[in-house]
This record gives sequence, structure tokens and C-alpha cells, in this order.
Amino acid sequence: MNRIVSVIIVLTLTVAAGAASCRKSSAATVKVDGSSTVYPITEAVAEEYGKTKPDVQVTVGISGTGGGFKKFCAGETDISDASRPIKPSEVDACTSGGVDYVELPVAYDGIVIVVNPGNDWAQSITVEELKTMWAPESQGVVTQWSDVRPGWPERPLTLFGPGVDSGTYDYFTEAIVKKEHSSRGDFTSSEDDNTLVQGVAGDVNALGFFGFAYYAENKDKLKLLPVDDGKAENGDGPVAAALESIRDGTYQPLSRPLFIYVAVRSLDRPEVAEFARYFLHEGIPLVSEVGYVPLPEAAYPLALARLEGRKTGSMFTGGSQVGVTIDQLLAREAE
Amino acid sequence: MSLRTSPIHDLAMRRAELAPERAFQAVGILAIVLPLLLLLWLFGGALVDAWPRLGWDFLTGFPSRKAEIAGILPALAGSAWLMALTALIAIPLGLGAALYLEEYARPSRLTALIELNIGTLAGVPSILYGLLGLEIFVRVVGMGRSVLAGACTLALLLLPMVIITSREALRTVPQSLREASFALGADRWQTLRRIVLPMCLPGVLTGVILSLARAIGETAPLITIGALTYVAFLPDSVHSAFTALPIQIFNWTSRPQAAFHVNAAAGIVVLIALMLLLNGAAIWLRARLQRRVYW
Repeated sequence: MNRIVSVIIVLTLTVAAGAASCRKSSAATVKVDGSSTVYPITEAVAEEYGKTKPDVQVTVGISGTGGGFKKFCAGETDISDASRPIKPSEVDACTSGGVDYVELPVAYDGIVIVVNPGNDWAQSITVEELKTMWAPESQGVVTQWSDVRPGWPERPLTLFGPGVDSGTYDYFTEAIVKKEHSSRGDFTSSEDDNTLVQGVAGDVNALGFFGFAYYAENKDKLKLLPVDDGKAENGDGPVAAALESIRDGTYQPLSRPLFIYVAVRSLDRPEVAEFARYFLHEGIPLVSEVGYVPLPEAAYPLALARLEGRKTGSMFTGGSQVGVTIDQLLAREAE
Repeated sequence: MSLRTSPIHDLAMRRAELAPERAFQAVGILAIVLPLLLLLWLFGGALVDAWPRLGWDFLTGFPSRKAEIAGILPALAGSAWLMALTALIAIPLGLGAALYLEEYARPSRLTALIELNIGTLAGVPSILYGLLGLEIFVRVVGMGRSVLAGACTLALLLLPMVIITSREALRTVPQSLREASFALGADRWQTLRRIVLPMCLPGVLTGVILSLARAIGETAPLITIGALTYVAFLPDSVHSAFTALPIQIFNWTSRPQAAFHVNAAAGIVVLIALMLLLNGAAIWLRARLQRRVYW
């Protein structure tokens, strides 16, 4: 008994002493945190990078885009994954935290509109109709498919979408409702996109939206609706989400860029600069491997130039920009 | 004599009286069997899903974008570090608080207030402990997003439960034993150390291990304090960055590819096995330590 007590006391003191000494690990580290949408890409890059540089410890967290920026702007991480551009409030937080950053687009993700395979009436949908479905004022008014397009049956309309804290929701509402973070509240939401897949797959009257990768893995359970934005320059008529249409910008307005934000202060550490460079070089084939869409060829050299030139600040000062492709933005800036 | 009823009638009467009890018994058995069946069904389902991935490779592998080679080692090591450190922090603090409240504190407004608070804290959602840990341990104390900060947060989460179960264990030590010890000239410290502590230790340890088994499944507070998801190395000190089993499982279930869902099922089986191991250890310790005490 005496021994047990003394062992416990000694061990406690050891832990306390260890805590007090607070010695920093000598290994080179790259700390990444942020969006769970971008996570699979960062994981793949970290895995491959780790094979070439086993002595560098890369860690990746999934605090969400917003949660990631909180840590990033407090100077706690080197790189922040983001599924939408940095918001003005986060820009302010970074400024007061003394964190300058380089914004690097790394991939595209498409947001798909899907219905149940048993749905035989809807073959495509327009942006206006999506707005009719999802706008805040539609709550309690638009409750049947026939309320959206005359000719569609008088069946109840059940909606599925990601949680309101996700970057996907933010982008969708900006693109469709034209007001970020604003939609009707009476839809089934889940942080886990697999739950949304199950929901739409199990309800003939359902319509849902989520990331392209979740459709690509469940094509047998879902029916994809091509989206018509009514603009001839993005391809006439409805365009179906696919690798090509997301990449060349014809699947509008629901393809969005994914980013990493790199702290300028961290770029002084060779391992961080090297990891970011590796991301834009060797990361390209990994993007499609994990289910996302690579940027157009021309975009990566421009992004790399941004990194090498340590060009700080965001290309998106007014929140998510819809309908502009990344290579256009980068090229516009390079001029 | 006319009051006497026939034996057959007597038996029928007894049967009628027993009927409600029988019914209650049936309900009771159903209440045990149904949850057990449900649990078995869930665990069996996970096991069937997990079967192709369960193996040495899975236990010793590192995370990967390729589901077939992704393993759980950093998460397993992270959870083991967390549990060990959490126990080291929670046991002395919890037992100390319980000893004070049971053996030293006189009933007063203050102790009543403390007791009320402990009872309330036991019911606070775990994510609030995560937020508290983020502010205090990660930021103010400056532990960073380390395995130590995670253990301190989990220890805080467990403390109310550890204190409550330790007090229960202390109360099972008969007052007469304490009095006998005093009568023999022992002071309070000697009585505590030689009589009370050895006798209550099995109960205390059982309580601690059962709360650890609960803590090993906690995700919310760890995510809040900044536990990571991709970690390709094992913790080498209390300051290391870390990940834990539930976080890895959560990540795998939310991936689009079905192959990752198999990994998640395998992770769940590992987590349940670890919980059963902890519970088994609690039973074994209790049985072993109890045998040593005679009175």
C-alpha cells in the first residue's frame, strides 16, 4: 500500500516537472489545421512529403475552415486549410494577431445537386428554381415539387444539406440565394455528408447538395441533376457536374476553389516553405486521386509565383466570389 | 374448521398472488436481454464490416490516403498516452478531494456548496470542458496542443466522477474500524494510511477505471483543444502533438470512399476491445486487492 501511494506521488511529480520544464521538441514541424473538406488533399500531400522528408513532422487537424482560421490568426498554426476564401472578420483577426499570409488555391470542388434515382420527373434544374427551393422566404411556402416548376408532381419536397457551419453551406447560399449563410431552416442538415447521401437515397421526394466526391462514390444510389445558370458563356443549357465541367468552369455557379493559407512568418522556416512548394508541385496528381478536381494547368505556376513572391492578402476581399475561375483571378492579378 | 380451504384452492390463490411478480420478472429479464441483443447486434455488425481490415498491419500502420494501407498506430498510442496521463492526474486529485470531504471536512455551508458543485459538474457536457481546457491549459498555462493538455482536460472531465465514486468507496469502510484504530492510539493520518486507504482502494480504482473507459471514447473536448487528425509519428513526450482513436474513427466515417468506412469499423472494434480490457482490469484489480483485507 505504501509503495502504491509513493509510486503515485512520484509519478505525479514527474509529470508536473515535465510540464514545468516545457522543453520544445527539436524536430522540424509543419502544423496544418482547418477545413475537413480540404483535409484529404493535405493528408495525401503530407503522406507523400513525409516519405521524402522523414525527419519533418507534418500534423493536420480538422477544426473546420472557421476554427482553423481562429488558430491560424492567433499564430498557432503554419498553414490553414480553407474551403472558402478568408472572411473580412478573419482578415481583421489575422491583422490584430500580426499574422500575414499567402493565399494559395490548390483545387476545385464541385457542389452537386442530387435527387433519388426513383425521381422520374426532374431531369435538370435552373439556378432560379434552386433559389425558389432554398431561399429563407420559401420556408412553409414552397413545400411541394409542383411549387418549384409547373408540371412537376404535387409531391412533398424534402431537402437535405450540410451543416450551417460548413464552408459548403456558405458557398452554396452565396451562389444560389445570393446571400452568404442565409437559407430556409426547415431542411435536414448533417455535418457528415454520408448521412446526406443516405437521406437522399432513401427518400423519393428528396433533393440534396454536397461535395462532388460523395456523389462520385455513390453514383448507383443517387441521380445527378444538371444545373442551368442561364448564361450562355458557361455552356448553353444545363451542365452536369463532372471533372471536366468543374475544371473548365462551365459547371457554374457551383464549382468552388479550395485553398491553403500559409503564414509568412512560418515561410522563414525551410520545412514550411518546402512543404508549400511540394503542395503545388507534387500535390497536383494527388488532388484527383482523393476525389477532387485539379486547377487548370496554368493556375499552378501562377500560385507558385504568388508563394515565392510572398504576395500577402486575399484575392477575395468581398467573401466568396461566384462565377470567376481561379486562373482568371490569378492571371488578372499577375498583370 | 369451515374456514380452512382445500389445498388446491390454496395453490390457485398463491398463483394469482404471484402473477404480478412473474410479470415484473419477465419485464426485468426483457430489460436486460433487449439492450444486450442490441449491443451484440451493433458490435457484430461492426465486427463483420471490420473483418477484412483487422490485423497486425492495421494496428501498426500509419494514416494514409489509401484506405487499404491506412493504420491506427498513432491514434492507438495517443489514446494510451492520454489514458495513462489522465489516470496519473485524476487519481491523486480526485482521491485527495474525496478524502478531504469524507474524513476531514466538517459539515458547513462551504462543504455543502462544494458537494453541490461536484454533483453539477458531473453532468456538464464534455465540450465545455474542452473549451475550458483550450483556454486554461493550451493558452494560459502554455502547454500547447499537447498530449499533456489533452490529459489535463480529460482529467478535469473525470474529476467529479472520480470524487463521487471515491467518496462512495470511503463510506463503505466501517466507522467501527476507524474507531478501533483510534482506540489503539493511532492518529488520523495513521488511520487513513493503514486502515481506510487500503480498504477503499479497490472501490476507488474501479471507479477510476470505469470513468477512464468512458473518457477513452470522448471526442468533443479533444477536438476543441486541438487534437489532430493526421499524425504520422508517435508521441515521444508529454509535449507531443497527438491524435486519438475516436477522432480517427470519426474522420474515417465521414470520408466518401466506402473503403474508409471499413477502416472506421475496424477502429470501432479496437476501441471496444480496449474498453473491455479496461473494464476487465477493473474487475481483476478489485478481486485481487479485496482478498488482501481481513477484519
